[in-house]
Amino acid sequence: MKASESGFDSRSAIRNLRFRITFLALSMIAARPSEAADTLDTPLNYFLYSYGPAATPIMHLGWLMTALLSAITLIVILLLVIALVRKRSSAAPGVIGAESGGLRWVYIGTGISTFILAGLTVYFLAVLNAVAKPTETPALTLTVTGYDWWWSIEYEHADPAKRFVTANEIHIPVGRPVLLKLKSADVIHAFWVPVLAGKTQMIPGLVNQKWIQADVPGIYVGQCAQFCGAAHAHMNLEVVAESDRDFEKWQEAQRRTAFPVSGHNEHGYKLFMDRCGGCHAVRGTEAEGLHGPDLTHLNSRRRIAAGLLTNTPDHLMKWITRAQYFKPGARMPSIALSDSEASALASYLSTLN
Amino acid sequence: MAATDATQHRIEPLLERIPEVGRIPAGSAIEARLERIWETAPGWRGWLSTVDHKTIGVRYLVTAFLFLVIGGIEALFLRIQLAGPDMAFLTPEQYNQLFTMHGVTMIFLYASPVLSGFSNYLWPLLLGSRDMAFPRLNALSYWIFLFAGLFMYISFPLGQAPNAGWFNYVPFSGPVYNTGPNIDVFALGMVLLGISTTVGSINFVVTLFRMRAPGMTINRVPILVWGTLTASVANLFAIPAVSLAFFLLWLDRQIGAHFFDVANNGQPLLWQHLFWIFGHPWVYVVVLPAMGIVSDALPTFCRRPLVGYTAVALATMATMLLGFGVWVHHMFATGLPTVALSIFGAASMVISIPSAVAVFAWIATIWLGKPVFKTPFLFFAGFVALFIIGGMSGVMTAAVPLDWQLNETYFIVAHLHYVLLGINVFPVVGAIYYWFPKFTGRMMSEKLGKWSFWTMFIGFNAGFFPMHIAGLLGMPRRIYTYPSRMGWDEVNLITTVGSFIFAVGVLIFLVNVVLSLKRGAWAGANPWDAPTLEWAVSSPPPAYNFATIPTIASRHPLWEGRIEGEREHSRTRLEEGYLLMRGRETLGTSPIDAKPVVILKMPEDSYTPFLVGLFVSLLFVGLLLHSWTFTALMAASSCAALSVWMWPRRKLGQRTTGYRSASAERGGESP
Repeated sequence: MKASESGFDSRSAIRNLRFRITFLALSMIAARPSEAADTLDTPLNYFLYSYGPAATPIMHLGWLMTALLSAITLIVILLLVIALVRKRSSAAPGVIGAESGGLRWVYIGTGISTFILAGLTVYFLAVLNAVAKPTETPALTLTVTGYDWWWSIEYEHADPAKRFVTANEIHIPVGRPVLLKLKSADVIHAFWVPVLAGKTQMIPGLVNQKWIQADVPGIYVGQCAQFCGAAHAHMNLEVVAESDRDFEKWQEAQRRTAFPVSGHNEHGYKLFMDRCGGCHAVRGTEAEGLHGPDLTHLNSRRRIAAGLLTNTPDHLMKWITRAQYFKPGARMPSIALSDSEASALASYLSTLN
Repeated sequence: MAATDATQHRIEPLLERIPEVGRIPAGSAIEARLERIWETAPGWRGWLSTVDHKTIGVRYLVTAFLFLVIGGIEALFLRIQLAGPDMAFLTPEQYNQLFTMHGVTMIFLYASPVLSGFSNYLWPLLLGSRDMAFPRLNALSYWIFLFAGLFMYISFPLGQAPNAGWFNYVPFSGPVYNTGPNIDVFALGMVLLGISTTVGSINFVVTLFRMRAPGMTINRVPILVWGTLTASVANLFAIPAVSLAFFLLWLDRQIGAHFFDVANNGQPLLWQHLFWIFGHPWVYVVVLPAMGIVSDALPTFCRRPLVGYTAVALATMATMLLGFGVWVHHMFATGLPTVALSIFGAASMVISIPSAVAVFAWIATIWLGKPVFKTPFLFFAGFVALFIIGGMSGVMTAAVPLDWQLNETYFIVAHLHYVLLGINVFPVVGAIYYWFPKFTGRMMSEKLGKWSFWTMFIGFNAGFFPMHIAGLLGMPRRIYTYPSRMGWDEVNLITTVGSFIFAVGVLIFLVNVVLSLKRGAWAGANPWDAPTLEWAVSSPPPAYNFATIPTIASRHPLWEGRIEGEREHSRTRLEEGYLLMRGRETLGTSPIDAKPVVILKMPEDSYTPFLVGLFVSLLFVGLLLHSWTFTALMAASSCAALSVWMWPRRKLGQRTTGYRSASAERGGESP
């Protein structure tokens, strides 16, 4: 077992496990938190939390079905247990019970089951209808493309000059439906931000559509939900829902190209162009690679490596030099850098705000 | 039926014979002669050439259990890796190969073959026949299964086992993203295994409609037979889809066919349709015969017949019929139009109804019976409980919008393990306890048996129930690790502990099997006082099964005369019956009413099934290695072996029984 890196939110397995067997019972009775989803203990918990109209009806459907079907399960298992243990008159040995009889069990049991299933079908069709399309026209259209193993996000705009590309972090205005066009650049992935909506596959050659809406400002975690290879486990994203004003500010900032390089960053800039620019793009420079995330506004993001690490200068340099350690199989190689190269590159990267 | 049967009459007068009716006392010289006719040569000759359905059945069972153990060990490796967050016990590639091989092994090499094992062993005994309709085909089916299983593990030691999941979605399994031999092994192995399953299924279907003892009308066959028949018919429709899918994929990978390649106008979604049109019926293929086992064996311990025989038999077939119309529920998240999703979602709800029929029939049988708490009964009763839980979680996944959340999470992993372990492994282990005395002549230990049940039952629920919660907490499937911030640490640790407890339970069971083989108490012919025909013959049964072909008069031949409120009717005759001993012979009967129609001349033991199986499998090895000369050589060898096998022999000419005259004498026996 590899020892984990300090500062990295990993920990060597069993040692640090907090053993909270009661967690389910507690979370069942917990009040709905009003705070953002990223503060949840279980950020992908769609069963107890939902923050938008594409998810809430599904959550309620989940509650009803779980309650109803758990009750039925308990009743039927109880019948089974009673059938097993109930007292019986003693019979002569060797005598076999009559074959007839008992059909009433089948009629009643199947009859009630059919009735309940029919009711559930009507209910789920109503929910399907409710979440299939947003009630108002989407405020925004994004194209999200799945790559091995990260997400490219393209903000559409009628004015081509106002379109821009970012990665792994989606910003949306709070309280408005957002239309997502889902594509894949390689294999099948699935876009899933559980507390905002169910999952949809991203299939090469197809453009699937889905919509999300967050009614509470906050950060919502998503994860690839279709097995896509070596780093499938490390393909996360975040949705940041913010006020219209903050969202506009963020969009304005994202549309800008990178700041021109000043004197002391030139070494780092050259290094970036040589070693990173083939795969990564920084708009406004010669780096126009399309194989990895667009890094024009790298430092505006909360996390790096598709959600794997928090975005600190320390993590960034660890990621660059040891990508294959943190994310085995990733397309990003571990890049050997001397100390002076590393500090020059770090210095340049720190300008990508 | 009788009219059709009669038209075959007198086509070839030389081949007409009316068999004598008589008795063969145990230990008589005439019985010894029968024994000599049917016995298999000792040593390796017999080992490679036997076509005895009982030997083949046991081979299926042993091989399938070996695969179960291998698949189980793979699962334990996965559970160690997932015991805590950010573990590095396995690399992602190792994890992906292990979870893929775990699924492939359990689903294809254990779950279905183990049921074929029971059915191969039991069908002729249950039906009152001396063998399956095509004994050599039966042997071929086993050999190809064995070779296909070995084939699929061929690249495992090289660290290049299949790694794209048992569902093997393109393009990840295609030539661009999976360049090693991993997927070629899987694709060719699946086509090869498909041959085994197909010939086995044909054999079951023909056996049912041809080989039942006189008087065993279609409404008297045990539910296990209904289950296996339904599964076999389904296989004949489902297997072509998956064989085609894997063959197209192999063409994509090896000759650039581009069926699934977007860059060349191929369509990745096509794979999902082809795979699940097979995949969903397959789920029922691996559970319906197991449900049949319970429907037949549970009543033995309840001391009464099954409640609602007809309803359960019809529910079995209804499940499969509907099972062909629900494959899209594996694809709810693929972006299909909501109208299509609604239809398939509703159909997936409806498929629960026949399952409800079976569940209430079992509970009623227990309720109205007087249960005897022997080990097999514990497994069957435990199965009913697990079936209920797995069924309910299945209903949740049928609700389309909810499935958009549940799909591809551990909730599905929990559901499918409740279904596959609950409805397959528990009945199968119970069935081993139940039929072990028949297979070996010895009883298994009750004490170890109860230990094994409770350890398995508790371990199973401790291991797999928390997976529901992991799924509701958003844990996706097939991730090799997870960070602590997701809140999945505890459920995963509990699951890992539970899975090891379950493994201990399986180990206790295996120890029980080994110890009981040598030390178990002698069983006698019918230790459970069970009602069906297999218990009428000695344990283990003689090579010829039945000295004389019995005549059946009810569903419960060995309980006749003891059932409360039973109407007077003619009795099943086990001692006296048709004497068929001019070489290997058994009786062929009409499909519905089971009237005697023909004396079937059964083939002798032969090496040809082994050789055909071997050459066909080597042909696939040739394809894998791109050794075209070798492939052609093996194709020619297969044809040669097949020609020897099929060479017409005069002595295998079938004799009609002179049905018209015979029925005048004996036709009144069965209603």
